[in-house]
Amino acid sequence: MSTVTAGPADDRLIRRSVTRRLLSRPEFGALLGTIIVWIVFAFYAGSVFIGLDGVRNYTAVAADIGILAVSVSLLMIAGEFDLSIGSVIAATGMLTALVAIQMQQNVWLAIAVSGVFAMLVGLFNGWLVVRTGLPSFIVTLGMMFALAGLTIGVTRLVTDRTQLGGLEDVPGFDSAHAVFGSQIFGFNVTVVWWVIFVLGGTYALTRLRFGNWVYGTGGNLDGARNLGVPVNRVRITLFVFTAMSAWFVAVTQLVTFKGTDVLRGTGKEFEAIIAAVIGGCLLTGGYGSVIGAALGALLFGIVKQGIIFAQIDSDWYKFFLGVMLVVAVLINNWFRRRLLGERK
Amino acid sequence: MSGYLELAGVGKTFGNVIALRDVSLDVPLGSVTCVLGDNGAGKSTLIKILSGVYQPDEGAYRIDGTEVRLSSPREAMDRGIATVFQDLAPQPLMPIWRAFFLGNEIARAGGRLDIRRQKQEVTAQLASMGINVRDVDQLVGTLSGGERQAVAIARAIYFGARILILDEPTSALGVKQAGVVLRYITAAKRSGVGVVFITHNPHHAYLVGDTFSLLNRGRLIASYERDSLVLDDLVREMAGGAELETLTHELRGMDDVRGMDE
Ligand SMILES: Nc1ncnc2c1ncn2[C@@H]1O[C@H](COP(=O)(O)OP(=O)(O)OP(=O)(O)O)[C@@H](O)[C@H]1O
Ligand SMILES: [Mg+2]
Repeated sequence: MSTVTAGPADDRLIRRSVTRRLLSRPEFGALLGTIIVWIVFAFYAGSVFIGLDGVRNYTAVAADIGILAVSVSLLMIAGEFDLSIGSVIAATGMLTALVAIQMQQNVWLAIAVSGVFAMLVGLFNGWLVVRTGLPSFIVTLGMMFALAGLTIGVTRLVTDRTQLGGLEDVPGFDSAHAVFGSQIFGFNVTVVWWVIFVLGGTYALTRLRFGNWVYGTGGNLDGARNLGVPVNRVRITLFVFTAMSAWFVAVTQLVTFKGTDVLRGTGKEFEAIIAAVIGGCLLTGGYGSVIGAALGALLFGIVKQGIIFAQIDSDWYKFFLGVMLVVAVLINNWFRRRLLGERK
Repeated sequence: MSGYLELAGVGKTFGNVIALRDVSLDVPLGSVTCVLGDNGAGKSTLIKILSGVYQPDEGAYRIDGTEVRLSSPREAMDRGIATVFQDLAPQPLMPIWRAFFLGNEIARAGGRLDIRRQKQEVTAQLASMGINVRDVDQLVGTLSGGERQAVAIARAIYFGARILILDEPTSALGVKQAGVVLRYITAAKRSGVGVVFITHNPHHAYLVGDTFSLLNRGRLIASYERDSLVLDDLVREMAGGAELETLTHELRGMDDVRGMDE
């Protein structure tokens, strides 16, 4: 039966119930997973985990991944990957430390220098993807290795070491620490930053024209381009954003630990991607949510810290992670199929 | 009467494939120009030239009398030429109200989407064309093929298209849905839009067409006005006239042929 010829009052218009709408949200799987995992650990990990200290603990862990997951999910919705952010964390952290500690420059200046560096890395990633048409998976995988090697090589060359400490003696440290490394009501200040990132990312994705372009770029690149969406500008912007958020996380870690090493951030790209996928982002682009990715990151934090609270050997963390990822994707897929299958 | 869109002696090659040669076409406003042809005849290539995806290698392309060289579909759109592509996998996971405005969003200062107005405008535009989607939040991928074409046509008209190019809009549809799309084609024509209707179905073409151009292996082999044509002719021409008769004989004589092989 053709539906487009239907009379004026469409008798098939059923108000979608609230639960139905909730079920068809991309972040539903992550929400469900977070609740279930929290309950499980609440059972095994005891009262400290349930209380405010527990919250402070796992949100601190979730914040790092969460900040990264905002830009990573936006990029994924636009149909691209960035595997280089872990290496960008190592590189920008080390670059900031070299300028501040080795060259004894003001911490803020060092942060600005590494910020420019991160921006250039993002621009280069984006430009290469847009220019060559190569999968971003490959381009950023190359960047991941190249930058990791460069970081170790240069650091060794300049300092003869692989780690640097003593940032607290450099001018500008105190104010930088207040902004990036302090605590508010016992919560890491990074949690506040995380919330700001999530709100900003959600706003951009759902309320701005830019967000419409992000969805369109990932949903159908050529189609969007034909409609006049500046798909290249969108993608380059997002690559800059992922690199810059890696830099942001690097700075918070550097300031918190007053030093850094050449391996810091390794593997973070996968954690952020996993958080985004758990949060309902489609690997093929065009669909997903920043809130979902935030829930994915929270789930991460809960599992990572819950395991410690429950006194389970932390070797099991990766096992849980892998299982969680697959289960979450299965759930999301199932819901999505229902979503596209339903003609309501 | 010369058309609003005009191709004169247009040719296009891809490497050593000659996709089009010496094709001339007139598309007047307020009429339906059908382009018929078999698979691989060059229909999609033709409309990609009309819509700015490809540039012709030879010949001239004129819009409203002035020669143009379109460098992108966007440029064509700005000149009032809207295309619904055959290989359009639109935005399956986007709600209608977003997809409808993609690339032409209604935004306030700072690039803020005016979501409420977008929803209102879509609803109003679809309703004014008698298209009844149940909910503008519905994902495009969940629309039926006919609904999707209908929404795409409504979109083109909303954005002020003077020329609407449709690449095989009915080929994937059942009889009823195809009928719906044909009705929108007629509605668009009545509102003064010039429609280019690409199809390999002569029956569909005959129902709505004013002029018919037949493409075969990249060449325009015939053009007809509606009055000078009956459906049977069109069907026969489409199948290659004499070729069809040969084919009929061949198929009938299959057994004999096989017998001779042995
Ligand atoms: N980008 C391209 N590169 C090389 N050859 C091409 C390209 N596009 C089209 N062709 C060739 O040009 C010829 C015409 O193709 P076109 O897509 O225009 O056919 P069509 O009439 O639309 O067919 P269909 O009915 O199957 O859609 C075909 O032989 C095709 O292989
Ligand atoms: Mg075609």
